[in-house]
Amino acid sequence: MAAPIVESPRSGRISPQYRRSGSSKGNFEMFAWLFMRLSGVVLVVLIFVHLWTSLIAGDGIEGVDFGFVAGKWADPLWQVWDLVMLWLAMLHGTNGVRVIINDYAEKDSTRFWLKNVLYVSTVVIVVLGTLVIFTFDPCPVVNGVPHVADYCPAP
Amino acid sequence: MSTETVEKEPASKVDLAPGVGGGGEIPTFDITLKVRRYNPEVSDDAHWDEWKLTMYGTDRVLDALHKVKWEHDGTVSFRRSCAHGVCGSDAMRINGRNRLACKTLLKDLDTSKPILVEPIKGLPVEKDLIVDMEPFFQSYREIMPFLINRGHEPTRERLQSSEERERFDDTTKCILCAACTSSCPVFWTDGQYFGPAAIVNAHRFIFDSRDDAGDMRLEILNDKEGVWRCRTTFNCTEACPRGIQVTQAIAEVKQAILSRKV
Repeated sequence: MAAPIVESPRSGRISPQYRRSGSSKGNFEMFAWLFMRLSGVVLVVLIFVHLWTSLIAGDGIEGVDFGFVAGKWADPLWQVWDLVMLWLAMLHGTNGVRVIINDYAEKDSTRFWLKNVLYVSTVVIVVLGTLVIFTFDPCPVVNGVPHVADYCPAP
Repeated sequence: MSTETVEKEPASKVDLAPGVGGGGEIPTFDITLKVRRYNPEVSDDAHWDEWKLTMYGTDRVLDALHKVKWEHDGTVSFRRSCAHGVCGSDAMRINGRNRLACKTLLKDLDTSKPILVEPIKGLPVEKDLIVDMEPFFQSYREIMPFLINRGHEPTRERLQSSEERERFDDTTKCILCAACTSSCPVFWTDGQYFGPAAIVNAHRFIFDSRDDAGDMRLEILNDKEGVWRCRTTFNCTEACPRGIQVTQAIAEVKQAILSRKV
């Protein structure tokens, strides 16, 4: 009868779940970490100026309507401002959620699918938002009929 | 000879009334000790065992565990070697916090409630309070915790100024008890993270002026499971029985990687 084999305590065996699957070359995690710090600082300025001009300055929240937004986006400064805010906020938020998924998903397949959903929704929102900022037309012509608001130039 | 004239010294210079102790009575109190039990040869499920003990004011959690093992239930299993906070064998989760059983006085805990003792989290439990430390030591080995010097072997010791020594003094205190790594919520997830202990021990050599392999260690910790997984929750700093500023050490390694790469 063969004696049962008892592994020696320091045989170096290690449960497979703890084995790191190959080392990751490249500095992606470092740049992601750096991006979070830098974009966070920039976003504080972008968002609070945005809140102040929209909700406090001028007529305050009473003045926010379609015309107010149209007026803001007629100015290239606010176009660029909103574009930078959109991109930074979306990438900052996406990376934050990516990190949370990495920390909390226990199975690789769960992690993979959650991240896919995250990345697809990020791309959709960023593309849509960018399109809106640059193609926004406050006085559109639909089926040959101009929808003229009082601030639109006469046709 | 003059010795005959010297009066014999009394055994004690203070006369004590019979029955009086030297340092006064040590107060005693009753505690309830609850220990998380697990024995894979009996059951796959862990359960709690409870003992009511009368302990002294000078006793530590380790003394309570000894009392249980020696007087109540010899099957209770835990690690301990030096029993004085140096070897780092008896890190365990006491009332939900990672501490050394040999450095935690019972009187400092809330003795009106049961004292809960569990194995440290995130590592596979082998029996009762004993966990498999191999994944922990594997990460430790990966950061090369030994002096690497490419210069000529000096004929005498390698000299270092006290300022250069001070730079990494804090991280030399590590006793590898795993209290920090097993308190880290990122490590709990999947055990892939290098963990605070490995980073602390890398820090000890990265900032040592006599060592030449700092770049190699920084490269190892620039991994996706390296320093960038630290979320600065400070669990490790709170858990460290040696008072090492673990989170700060990790931040310093992050800074070192950044200043080298960017």
